[in-house]
Amino acid sequence: MSSAVRLIQLSCHFGSVRAVDRVDLEIYPGEFFSMLGPSGSGKTTCLRLIGGFEQPTSGQILLFGEDASRLPPYARDVNTVFQDYALFPHMNVRDNVAYALMVRGVPRVERYRRVEEMLELVKLAGLGDRRPGQLSGGQRQRVALARALINRPRLLLLDEPLGALDLKLREEMQIELKALQRQLGITFVYVTHDQGEALSMSDRVAVFNHGRIEQLDNPKQLYEHPRTEFVARFVGSANVLEGGLLGLPEGKFALRPERIRVLPGLQNGANSLLGTLLDIHYLGSQTRYEVQVGAERLTAVGPSEELGLKVGDAVTLRWESHALRPLQGVS
Amino acid sequence: MTLRRRLSDALYLRPVFLLLLLLIPPLLWLGIVYLGSLFNLMLYSFYSLNDFTGQVEYRLSLTAFQQLFSSPANVDIVLRTTLMALVVTLACAAIGFPIAYYITFYTRGSTRTFWYLMVLLPLWSSYLVKVYAWRLILAGEGVVSWFFNQLGLGGMLQGILSAPVIGGSSLSNSYLGMFLVFTYIWLPYMILPIIAALERVPRSLIQASADLGARPAQTFRKVIWPLVVPGVAAGSIFTFSLTLGDYIIPQVVGQPGFFIGQMVYVQQGTAGNLPLAAAFSVVPVVIIAVYLLVVRRLGAFNAL
Repeated sequence: MSSAVRLIQLSCHFGSVRAVDRVDLEIYPGEFFSMLGPSGSGKTTCLRLIGGFEQPTSGQILLFGEDASRLPPYARDVNTVFQDYALFPHMNVRDNVAYALMVRGVPRVERYRRVEEMLELVKLAGLGDRRPGQLSGGQRQRVALARALINRPRLLLLDEPLGALDLKLREEMQIELKALQRQLGITFVYVTHDQGEALSMSDRVAVFNHGRIEQLDNPKQLYEHPRTEFVARFVGSANVLEGGLLGLPEGKFALRPERIRVLPGLQNGANSLLGTLLDIHYLGSQTRYEVQVGAERLTAVGPSEELGLKVGDAVTLRWESHALRPLQGVS
Repeated sequence: MTLRRRLSDALYLRPVFLLLLLLIPPLLWLGIVYLGSLFNLMLYSFYSLNDFTGQVEYRLSLTAFQQLFSSPANVDIVLRTTLMALVVTLACAAIGFPIAYYITFYTRGSTRTFWYLMVLLPLWSSYLVKVYAWRLILAGEGVVSWFFNQLGLGGMLQGILSAPVIGGSSLSNSYLGMFLVFTYIWLPYMILPIIAALERVPRSLIQASADLGARPAQTFRKVIWPLVVPGVAAGSIFTFSLTLGDYIIPQVVGQPGFFIGQMVYVQQGTAGNLPLAAAFSVVPVVIIAVYLLVVRRLGAFNAL
């Protein structure tokens, strides 16, 4: 299968800062691909490299099989939804959405017809005459989306588009974006620092850290089988244990809090650790326990039930053997 | 409670009074000294001069304005000044815009600070010093002339100087020379508002435009220029009004033909014809008022 995007040993340095450090990745046509990571991890720079807004220091960018490394943004079949939406304040919604068609000389009647289609698609029909300043955040976001899609690009880049929206709106937009992507069949490349967002929307996720990709997998694999300590902690939360503590060979292991059962008292058995209960957090449907085990502080999460535990009690932590995941160092 | 305490409490509870207290002295100055004297001057334009006694007659009439507009020489003065103001504005915009564009988009950090300084530096020296320096530079025995001769282009310089209207006996005695000095002197006032307007254009807009397929020239025409026009208009207010009222540069680097400013100076001084001088002062006020109305539509007031 030919790829939509291929990055080959791509690097981008700003002075001495290695924003993107020898990244290799391949994005398949029609997939919803996310780039996840904390601030400064290089995910946004990577996106901007694909869009043509930054020049690579070394390496190659192939778009649909062709070398696009030196092409300016207007020569690439890629459109972008920017984090601040970047709507043109001096034009109304209609002209904003029609912009890509206008610069290509599409006649006005045809332009406006397609604009109406797009506005219907993003549920903004009838708002064509408004100015960006008269719209709410959610509406502006949809205009940015419509504007980027009107030229039917083969690749759509989204730079943390939902960051400025409140929670309810964000969740709504996540569902809509996913549905839109499925409907249109366009390849989406989505940048976010919210792992919940990345997991729920994507076909595959690349986790970035310090300019490199630590793991590239589908959401389930990423969560169930994190490869490195960073991924284990960033995607969901994790207890990271030294092998020695468990009588296992050298190395680190990840154990998700929801896989640990808290048992009152000290009970012997395999896959267990004995400790002292430090804190109990009642979260409604779940309860979080913080337990001191030797020098480590572990977290366990379970359904809220009456265990008769109080702070300072001796407790046993137990898990299924396969819940313990071995971690590797960074490659 | 002490009086001081009472006073401070009262001012705290009614912030309006504190505001008034702070504003009244400068407002008095603005109202009485500045606006008052302006109004007084304009009032004089509605008086007339008794030719016989040489005294000002304090009766309202339009003789001063009649005197102004009936004489073709006077009308010439107004037209000459307005034309120069327009030409200088266009030249400042044409020269200032590329400079502002370069500084905004192609410099950063210490380089940028350096360029800011270079633009502002002329403003640190005295206006008179600059004008006289230019007179020396443009004079027949000056640097420009010498430079042209060195390049063997002395004939070309003479040719330019013999052109009608703009030419003269030397660059320092011609409308061309005046135009050059005006443009030089007001250039920073044009550059700075344009830089401010350009800096306000979010970079993401320019990137979005390119992303959507617009080539650099298209991005400039459709995105950058519409957002920068207010800045250019704001800068033009300075260059236009400053040129309109100037009376020193036409005197130092000019032709015998008077400009409005010189006329006002002469009339209120040696000629003692205050009403006529006042009438001449009202003319640029009206012209600028019209100009401001035009330029307001372009959004200049938002860009100041």
